[in-house]
Amino acid sequence: MSGLGSACLVIGLLTAVYAAGASVYGALSGKRRFVVSGRRAIYCLAGLLVVATVVLQSAFLRSDFSYRLVAEGSSTDTPTFYKVTAMWATQDGSLLLWALLLSLFSSAVLFLTRRRLREIAPWATAVLGLVAAFFLLLMVGWENPFSQLASPPAEGAGLNPLLRHPAMMIHPPMLYTGYVGFSIPFAFAIGALVTRRTGADWIRATRRFALVAWTFLGTGIMLGALWSYTELGWGGYWAWDPVENASLMPWLTGTAFLHSIMVQEKRGMLRIWNVSLIIATFGLALTGTFLVRSGILDSIHAFGASTIGVQFLVFIGVVVLGSTALLYSRVPHLRSEARLDSLLSREAFFLLNNLVLVVLCVVVFWGTFFPLISEAFTGTEASVGPPWFNRLITPLALVLVLLAGIGPMLSWRRISPGSLRRVFLVPLCAMAGTLVLLLALTDAAEHPTALAMFCLVAFVLAVVGQELWRGASARRVITGDPWPRALIQLVGRNRRRYGGYIVHAGIAVLFLGVAASSSFVEQRDVRLAPGESTTVGGYDITYREATARLGGDRDGTGAPIAFGAVLDVRKDGKHFRLTPTRNFYPANSAGPISRFFEGEATSEVDVRWGLRRDLWLAVRPDVAALGPIARGLDDRLAGAGGDRQARAVAALAEIYRRDPPPAAFRALVSPLVAWIWIGGAIVLLGALIAAWPSPEARLRRVTSLYAARLGRELSQA
Amino acid sequence: MEYAIALVLLAALVAVVVTRPLLRREEPVARDDARREELEAAKEAKYREIRDAELDHRMGKLSDEDWRRVDRELRAEAIEILRKLDGLAEEEPLH
Repeated sequence: MSGLGSACLVIGLLTAVYAAGASVYGALSGKRRFVVSGRRAIYCLAGLLVVATVVLQSAFLRSDFSYRLVAEGSSTDTPTFYKVTAMWATQDGSLLLWALLLSLFSSAVLFLTRRRLREIAPWATAVLGLVAAFFLLLMVGWENPFSQLASPPAEGAGLNPLLRHPAMMIHPPMLYTGYVGFSIPFAFAIGALVTRRTGADWIRATRRFALVAWTFLGTGIMLGALWSYTELGWGGYWAWDPVENASLMPWLTGTAFLHSIMVQEKRGMLRIWNVSLIIATFGLALTGTFLVRSGILDSIHAFGASTIGVQFLVFIGVVVLGSTALLYSRVPHLRSEARLDSLLSREAFFLLNNLVLVVLCVVVFWGTFFPLISEAFTGTEASVGPPWFNRLITPLALVLVLLAGIGPMLSWRRISPGSLRRVFLVPLCAMAGTLVLLLALTDAAEHPTALAMFCLVAFVLAVVGQELWRGASARRVITGDPWPRALIQLVGRNRRRYGGYIVHAGIAVLFLGVAASSSFVEQRDVRLAPGESTTVGGYDITYREATARLGGDRDGTGAPIAFGAVLDVRKDGKHFRLTPTRNFYPANSAGPISRFFEGEATSEVDVRWGLRRDLWLAVRPDVAALGPIARGLDDRLAGAGGDRQARAVAALAEIYRRDPPPAAFRALVSPLVAWIWIGGAIVLLGALIAAWPSPEARLRRVTSLYAARLGRELSQA
Repeated sequence: MEYAIALVLLAALVAVVVTRPLLRREEPVARDDARREELEAAKEAKYREIRDAELDHRMGKLSDEDWRRVDRELRAEAIEILRKLDGLAEEEPLH
């Protein structure tokens, strides 16, 4: 079957190139049938890559270790869920995933636009075909996911233990869906530039794809943060790690793009901004993939050892420089049709919002790449850590949240000066009231930036609440509907507007969680023996007993052995237990007994989730004393059967459980951290509302009503 | 062997699918399709703007005077778009 998979890639590459060629020929010659042929080639590409993916997935599920990828990334005892998701834990598999998602998205958008955008669509097809061809060329030429091993091993290496977490395995498809999704508006933007059709119709055709891409990318980022919080054992969710930054940068410019295209749709303005933003977003999406897959993050020297780093760099250069050159040549066709009527208008604040988002992206970009650049020139890697990022990002984030509150209150073109007091009064009172309460009842004044963020969050939530209230009230005046129906109808008939407002509310809630958990967290690192206690954040924590479990780990990661602790926790008369553990995975190069204690280990934290605070606990059991005993047993039991070896491992585990040495614990009390995840869910809800299509009949009815009204007024003139 | 057979079969399958449109007669394309699409997109955006302005007025963001002025401007722009669309319709030959 590997032959079928490889053949799919080769034919896929030729098909993608044909799609590009046929589409361009059809566009230049006016022979529409070549354009149709090119579009069908993209459909065929999607079919080929689905077959290839099924072949590879079946190899993982069968644990067919003749496939190099399966041997390196899976094992017979890897749980089924992780066997399926192991495909994109590898470089080759993730390239296949990228190409698959691209072909599916491309097929969808070309099908939906098959009777529209007849001048732009062929060029978009060509761009999408060439991008797909690049990823297929990488696989065919350098990183074939179907490559076979001459001597297949009896057992695979297994999935990296750090990746055995549901969030971490859903995270890559989410990110890649985001990256790939932005290729759609990028391709149509290039088509619009080539054909000089720089109006809003290409935006209308691809806006939903951009919104879906942004949503998936944001969800992927959130899942990565959740994984970091629950898996990595340090208790944080964001470390300004280059891999994290790689996904954040296109999300920032993508956010600016989504706002900016609204201005072009309504006012015909910011055309150069929009094309620039989508070029930047797609370029950053490719860069994000490059950063993770090229090896450059380990060291600039590791970059040279990667088989695809140079190719990625060249491709990104061609895409960005070529697109920029094309944009520059079309500047006369991108001049705005209108001017800003007022600085107190939604479009003026959208422009300001864009500037802030772009500056945020530049800061993150500089902080991410400066260490690599300095290493390239000086040989030593300069360090840019969280304090540098926080110092620059925090004030920008405050401005962003402020703008997220002001924007919805303004109207397009201008807001009447007399209305300013009316629309700003309640949100400003909410902000002031929050300030007074926090100063009076908490020690928030000791953390001024957190205090400022809390006040701005109150401002934004009051704005969104006011918009919903006033909108529903206005609707009730006309329809007489009861409140719930008026609210639902208001949101349903203005999905883009109110979906966007709900996204703003979600972002505000998310920042509430970030500000509180980062400024007011209490942490205690301590070594405890059974019976000993510690206190953190008002919680009294007592280490009751050690645990040792063989097989059947509660998180389904397939870890054969886990050591942990039972801790009694008391606060304000309440009592509960937490049981953090540490999973141990066997090492490949060790004796039959000692390998269970000398391989990789991952923290399986235990969290007492709460709306007001989380109590987070991780344990690092000290199993060093078992090492010499295990190594002694290696020689004695080298030729013994599996049962005897298993009994020996169980006996060692029991030794630890009965008489454990002091273990290292990290305890964190993080206020309001749950609101980060809740805020993310609200953002997702808002994005779904904004992206949900209106029924065509409803749109026709509305437009026909307005057409009739216009006709009436024309006749009265 | 499996690889070679798969190559040939897949290539043949793709070739059949992508060459079928090439065997058809060229479709007559309506003139000014792209221009019509642009105007349709502009029309829908303008209608949305008119609705947004009306909602903003009802919510108190626009005074009566400002709303009337904005509404007048928007409707004038919408009428201009409708006129251009009608102009395209008149230019197309009858089939």
